[in-house]
Amino acid sequence: MTMRFNDETFRDDYTFHNSPAAIRRFPFPFDQDSYMYSVNIEPHRRGAAGSVFQHRFDVDEHYVAEMRDREITLRDDPLRCQSLPHMELAGWDFLELVMVSKAEDYPELFELHRDGDRWHWINRPLGIEQRFIFLDATSLPCGPMEYITRQTQGDHALLDQREGNLWMDAGMVTSQADWSLDFDIGMNFFEWHAPVPKAHELGVFQRALKFLLSLQQGAPVRRLNWTMTVNPRLDTSPENYHKWGPEKRTLTAGNVGAKQYLRVELQTLWRMPRSNAVAFPIRCYLLALEDLVTVPKWGRRLHRVLRDLPDELAEYKGFAVNRPLIVDYLSRFDDCAPTSAGIFPDD
Amino acid sequence: MTARMLRVAEVTPLSPLVTRFRFECPEGGTLPLFSGGAHVVVEMPDGATLRRNAYSLISDPLDGSGYEIAVRREDAGRGGSRFMHTHVAVGDLLRVGAPVNLFALDLRAKKHVLIAGGIGITPFLAQLRQLTRLQMPFELHYCARSRAEAAGLSLLPDLPQVHAHISDEGDRLDIGAVLAGQPLGTHVYTCGPEGLIEAVAGTATRLNWPKAALHSEAFLSPPPGAAFKVTLARSGITITVGPHQSLLEAMEEAQVDAPWLCRGGACGQCETAVLSCKGRIEHHDHWLSDAEKAAQQKIMPCVSRFQGEDLTLDR
Repeated sequence: MTMRFNDETFRDDYTFHNSPAAIRRFPFPFDQDSYMYSVNIEPHRRGAAGSVFQHRFDVDEHYVAEMRDREITLRDDPLRCQSLPHMELAGWDFLELVMVSKAEDYPELFELHRDGDRWHWINRPLGIEQRFIFLDATSLPCGPMEYITRQTQGDHALLDQREGNLWMDAGMVTSQADWSLDFDIGMNFFEWHAPVPKAHELGVFQRALKFLLSLQQGAPVRRLNWTMTVNPRLDTSPENYHKWGPEKRTLTAGNVGAKQYLRVELQTLWRMPRSNAVAFPIRCYLLALEDLVTVPKWGRRLHRVLRDLPDELAEYKGFAVNRPLIVDYLSRFDDCAPTSAGIFPDD
Repeated sequence: MTARMLRVAEVTPLSPLVTRFRFECPEGGTLPLFSGGAHVVVEMPDGATLRRNAYSLISDPLDGSGYEIAVRREDAGRGGSRFMHTHVAVGDLLRVGAPVNLFALDLRAKKHVLIAGGIGITPFLAQLRQLTRLQMPFELHYCARSRAEAAGLSLLPDLPQVHAHISDEGDRLDIGAVLAGQPLGTHVYTCGPEGLIEAVAGTATRLNWPKAALHSEAFLSPPPGAAFKVTLARSGITITVGPHQSLLEAMEEAQVDAPWLCRGGACGQCETAVLSCKGRIEHHDHWLSDAEKAAQQKIMPCVSRFQGEDLTLDR
């Protein structure tokens, strides 16, 4: 299989686009016609060929453009990538996990040759070839976590485990749904989830933390999270709210199908060997409503979910102001027919 | 649980009571690496009984060619260590779980002080290698009654910051002296009998050490006791827990599914709701708070027992 990479942008002229194949493999997050928080965690098992669950780290047509966008964001704001001093070992663990996974899963795109601590990495899509000494940070152009996350789609947090809690002590965060690594760095699991409404009362975070503290090596898990974004923008950060916040007000009945995106995060969690830290990649997928409704089941279901969502969730996810426009648009694709269980298209 | 079948590659007596076992992949592959302080659960098919004991890994965390554990023979125990000592030989195949670390080094520490009592040396043997590899400052204090019993001596590196305290020879660890002189940002780790852990914690508190800088792991195995009956409401059965059996083991024997990770009262995975209790729960765990223990509404089946008329659990 050869992969073609889109020439596209996630800012300014927003030339981002999904091919028909990318639409079909979009990780639609709703398995029923309504939504409420739950600890919706499942084993990160290998999924069907072609799906985003096929490989441990999904590489798709947006890879090269996303890495280019990350470079721009980092150039403007280097604090999007931070690693507290005690997290370097976790960075090496993560570098190993990504390099080994990608080289095995995409041999035509990535190669890893290891001779003891002497490693040789080839990344064809980005045109990178690097020889380095594993666990010797001076042999890479930057720290191990920064090095590998500049070559891996999605945001990535590395969580230290101590005192019966998880601590966000390192990360690369340039494609986030309105949260800030610079603000959250050093926080524990409850602190960084503090802004989420309703879930605390449901005991969701207590249960999720207990589960994650016992996460085992070789048994990664995943969950899907979602929000709504106007324009295909990866960097919807608090730091740049002045750039993307006002764009929410540009939505009209005429452009909502093209400009309003469902934003889905494929979050995976991995126990790492040497550091005992937990790696938390958050991979972002964007799909315009007009593309989404080409799958009839998704059009029907998204209409029902957004129509019936509690107000505080629409507020928290930042689209309350546009909800009437969105629901009105989607209602045209909901013929009230029943929908099948599960997230995948019917045909 | 992700467990794999491993071959016993070496059996080496370290002292009259302690034996080292080395496990390797039967096909020769490499095992997942781990962090110092991690343990594995070894499954022992002992006749009709499947025993599962947790042991700290003592080998180099960055060497995936094998896992090593040191097992102290406890003749008064439930039989797991006796099985290892009397039934397990080179070439045998045993199922071994994935490494889990509930006693990890806090890598923020400016210096690590490790204090071991007796067989409590085991997690530190792997941590020493990790600290050496990471070039982090540390010192280790190993307390044992006699040189003959000090199984860890032969496994410790010959370094100036490694100290053995043999009480028979009149050398007892002066905890106050060790803790008093440490630089800011030092963390202390204790593994051994309850008395040692409490003594270190007490001394550190008196010297105003921050709580987050104190770490400990008691090598807790399920204590024996009188047999007792337990009703499992969801399963609709009543089972009897034998004198040398844990409640968790009795549930497993009855095919009742219960989660677990450490089997030693530390990780919290097996926490179970108590639906009714006429009698007294003997809490032996380090997980529940004193208030929770007094309330008798939760129990940790891996180590805790019961005395009285009726105990009904949500399992």
